[in-house]
Amino acid sequence: MSVAVSIKNLDVVFGKNVQPALSLLEQGKTRQEIIEATGQVVGVQNASIEVQRGEICVLMGLSGSGKSSLLRAVNGLNPISRGELLVQDGDQMVNMASCDANTLRHMRSKRVSMVFQKFALMPWLSVLDNVAFGLEMQGIGKDERRRQAMEKLEMVGLDEWSNKLPHELSGGMQQRVGLARAFAMDSDILLMDEPFSALDPLIRNQLQDELLELQRKLNKTIIFVSHDLDEALKIGTHIAIMESARIIQHGRPEDIVLNPCNEYVRNFVAHTNPLNVLKGRSLMTGLDQLERLDEMLVLNREENSWFNMNADGQLLSAHRQKQALQLHKWENSSSLNDLNEGTLVIASPDISMRQALEIRYQTGLPVLLQEASGLVGVLRDRDFYHALLGKHFDTASA
Amino acid sequence: MNWLTDHKIPLGSWMELFVDWLTGNAAGFFDTIAISLEWLILNMVAIFQWFPVYVPIVMTAALAWLLHRSIGLVIFVVAALLLILNLGYWQEMLETFVLVLAATTLSVLLGLPIGVLAAHKPWVYTILRPILDLMQTIPTFVYLIPTLVLFGLGVVPGLISTIIFAIAAPIRLTYLGISKVPEELIEAGRAFGATPLKLLVKVELPAAMPNIMAGVTQCIMLSLSMVVIAALVGADGLGKPVVRALNTVNISQGFEAGLAIVLVAIILDRICKAPNAKEEA
Repeated sequence: MSVAVSIKNLDVVFGKNVQPALSLLEQGKTRQEIIEATGQVVGVQNASIEVQRGEICVLMGLSGSGKSSLLRAVNGLNPISRGELLVQDGDQMVNMASCDANTLRHMRSKRVSMVFQKFALMPWLSVLDNVAFGLEMQGIGKDERRRQAMEKLEMVGLDEWSNKLPHELSGGMQQRVGLARAFAMDSDILLMDEPFSALDPLIRNQLQDELLELQRKLNKTIIFVSHDLDEALKIGTHIAIMESARIIQHGRPEDIVLNPCNEYVRNFVAHTNPLNVLKGRSLMTGLDQLERLDEMLVLNREENSWFNMNADGQLLSAHRQKQALQLHKWENSSSLNDLNEGTLVIASPDISMRQALEIRYQTGLPVLLQEASGLVGVLRDRDFYHALLGKHFDTASA
Repeated sequence: MNWLTDHKIPLGSWMELFVDWLTGNAAGFFDTIAISLEWLILNMVAIFQWFPVYVPIVMTAALAWLLHRSIGLVIFVVAALLLILNLGYWQEMLETFVLVLAATTLSVLLGLPIGVLAAHKPWVYTILRPILDLMQTIPTFVYLIPTLVLFGLGVVPGLISTIIFAIAAPIRLTYLGISKVPEELIEAGRAFGATPLKLLVKVELPAAMPNIMAGVTQCIMLSLSMVVIAALVGADGLGKPVVRALNTVNISQGFEAGLAIVLVAIILDRICKAPNAKEEA
């Protein structure tokens, strides 16, 4: 993997003469103190983050936390007051903080395109011409740019709407046009500034799924701004959480949910559904914690179910009420319909809690977790309740 | 108090000196403008006159139909033009139309870039605002005198006065339209790599178009309201019979010429205005 966007010690300050604010920042003054002293607003303070190619990095935070300011610095819509912001351009990295107007235009038209919260479609242009807008800015001829735009419109499923005006479309469709417009640039990096916030929840969900689907095909590098942690957890491969102009935590979704770094993040996490994010490994009961009777490990004492394994940690057999249980090795391709009540499922520790819960519902039995090296643990009812109630989070904070 | 009244500030004389200086030193410049504008207007009138009368009538009716698809408007336009023809003011109507056309064209050509500049540079607008206020409030007769001195008697001082009076509308509305372009559209333009010129032509001007068109329509109406004033300094057109009627207390002539002006105003207003209104709805 290579780095697509690299941000080092980046400050964004809004105002004409930013020097006083920058020196106050160095003295460790807070954002509020700087506004009072200089009247200048610190948008982003000392942000450092790397975004790998093909990753979806979500910038998460409440409004005013600086997430949009940071995003807009990437394509130079916001001024970069200090620090370095490198964006990949073919084999080299371009520093957006210091490049000239022509380079900036080149980066905007070839490397970085953007999707806006309020769609920002040109109301006087047809849907097709809106998608072709970026190509028009590059000076591409009418027929060619319309041909390319039509391809992208087909990609988002709006080819039949090409001659309509934007206001004739629903919000969700308008944002698909916005997406198609960004895709039309064929740039590697996509900036999305709360693209789904203006949409109602059902449509939002649908567009998130569509985005993930498109991302599987296109494999772009996406920087996505959101104030909704559920959205961030769903689509992000990495999440950077921002609070008052600073990045306070950056990590994989599971890290954020399991190890929130402070009260602010914890509050966010407390209101999310962890099932989508957590993996079996984080919540399983380890084998060493299981009750042993001779060679047997107890799955459930009341039901009298147990299993035994050999010295290499391989499962030998499992029984319930003295009857041997049917075993099923769970693969990514497996279907819940293959499972019967009483089938013991052996899955990878990387299985999502949601899926493990579905298996538990179908089979009525705990789920065994096995790695290449052998069995590592088991997901029992208590572990599921733990996840559902967000108890993992209490232990993390304790 | 006596001292104050005894020592009058000679503002008027200064202005007179300035105008004298202009006539003395820039006479060639003003004469060139006067001659070329006059030539332009007279030739345009001649072109319209060269056509048989039904050609302009059919063209106006066709334009009304194309823009509005309203059979009522077409009937009204044709009837109004025929009435003007019947009253014997065809020639004057053409002259007035050309004067309005020329004044509007020049006002928009000058006003649009000024309005854009004012919207982009706040200090330009700060300077411009009192000037525009002045141009719109100062009584027309006051600047009629220096324009008369500088450009001589005829259609040109009428045209210049009309422009001074009417140009504020396209400037103000262009300024308004460009300043009101939603920030996110500008950002979208920039984010997709627009050069400043492309941003202006492909984003700002189209977004401001409803306002700019309202400015053009207003400019046409303001120009038309100047025809009588323009006639005072010798511009041909529907204003002339009005002025003549005033001087000879001729009620019937005054009424007919006045009616012709009103008809032209309604035709221009209906043809120009409605498409914007429809767009906004």
